[in-house]
Amino acid sequence: MRFVSFLLLALLALPLAAAPRGAELYAQNCAVCHGADGRGGVGVPLALPSFLSSVSDDYLIATIRHGRPGRVMPAFSQLRDAEVRAIVAHLRSWMPAGSTVVNLASGPVKGDAARGKTLFAERCAVCHGAHGEGGHGTGVTFSRPRDLPIIAPALNNPGFLASASDQMIKTTLMNGRDGTPMVSFLKQGLQERDIDDIVTYVRTFAKGPGWKPGNDDTPVLEMDSPYTFAETVEAVKRAAVGKNFRIIREQSLENGLFAETEETKETHIVYFCNFNFINQALALDPRVGLFMPCRITVVEREGQVKMMSINPKYLSRLFNNAELDKPCEEMYQVYMGIMEEASL
Amino acid sequence: MMRCRSLLLSLLLTFGLSAGVAADELFMVRSDHAFPETMSTLQEVITRHGYTVSRVQRVDIGLTDSGFKTDMYRLVFFAKPAELRDLSQRYPHLIPYLPWPITIFAEGEETLLVTANPAELHALAHNDELKQLFQRWSVEYRAILEEVRKGE
Repeated sequence: MRFVSFLLLALLALPLAAAPRGAELYAQNCAVCHGADGRGGVGVPLALPSFLSSVSDDYLIATIRHGRPGRVMPAFSQLRDAEVRAIVAHLRSWMPAGSTVVNLASGPVKGDAARGKTLFAERCAVCHGAHGEGGHGTGVTFSRPRDLPIIAPALNNPGFLASASDQMIKTTLMNGRDGTPMVSFLKQGLQERDIDDIVTYVRTFAKGPGWKPGNDDTPVLEMDSPYTFAETVEAVKRAAVGKNFRIIREQSLENGLFAETEETKETHIVYFCNFNFINQALALDPRVGLFMPCRITVVEREGQVKMMSINPKYLSRLFNNAELDKPCEEMYQVYMGIMEEASL
Repeated sequence: MMRCRSLLLSLLLTFGLSAGVAADELFMVRSDHAFPETMSTLQEVITRHGYTVSRVQRVDIGLTDSGFKTDMYRLVFFAKPAELRDLSQRYPHLIPYLPWPITIFAEGEETLLVTANPAELHALAHNDELKQLFQRWSVEYRAILEEVRKGE
């Protein structure tokens, strides 16, 4: 019985024994995008006093939990409640001494969505997009100058709509957010009633179709070649050049891993590149270089020659970035086109 | 009594183990060191884990030569030579994914590193051997990036 009591106590005490450290959890989970000190980077800046004082703990917790589907920020479902609270406490440590979190009313905002739609188109769409889809791209390095701290958030994102209260959106519109391009619309001449209308319109975005990652389960694109190994390599290179790519490198799969004389020669990787395309893709998501530059491998096994590549549509699901869908589809078509042409 | 003990033990184990399990599609870390230092650390850590760096792809050079502005941006490909040879023979469908890359790029005075979590590429691991291999890679690649993050 004493053993059972001990185990029960141990079980109950576990969350306390494993008391999470917010700074370390932040460094592990958030800093990569939001910066070690919350200045932003791939992700939005969090250490802005005007941001931290205008959002509730509930908003921050819900944001960590829901993420932003299709907007890089993942949903951190694997974190325990205590860990999420510890991260929020760490964010709060960046608030200037003496500052407090605004106490928002909890009731819904009621306005005229039709009027709000017109006002949104006039005042908000230039930054947040015609349908509230937010600014394009992410990342300091490729998408925007370093003096611009933030890409406009997507207001039609289900993660945002589930996290932000009406009153939070209203307060942001009324006060703006110092340190970002978001201005006070009261100071811009709108009345409180106008702002209520915009908030009511923003809520209608929840009826949109949303976004889901692609479900292409084919990880590898593969095609048989009717030609010899050497002929197929040349055909792949010709086809890539024909599609406006530059051949930047050729090597065996084992290059760099074995002495050159010991490399098996039945695989030949053709690397090709279109730097304009890479530059555009990196602006959408600086992490996407993970599957660049483009490559097709020619493989010979038992007299049969094949061409193989990764499937960009299969990998795109890893990125939680809806903007990558189009370039990944383009790359899929490019790989298939090159392999088809090389096998004609 | 014994059944009660077993139940409590399994509860304790389940609770304790599940707390540490994360299902990240990508492993991403930030090093607070500059790019050259982080690149050097990354290559040391990869080697310490028994892997060989096969090649560094200098994406930034190509972008700059083509007239685009970019910070330092490179890919580090790595593998265990014997393992790669064995896998490419027995599982040719893995060839387009080998050697595995880690993307490393500068963001001002800091450096970001990203790689895919092998355990999330379910369609590539179609038997138990490959599932276990991808799980092992997942643990090792996460550990490599964590060590770089901590500057070890």
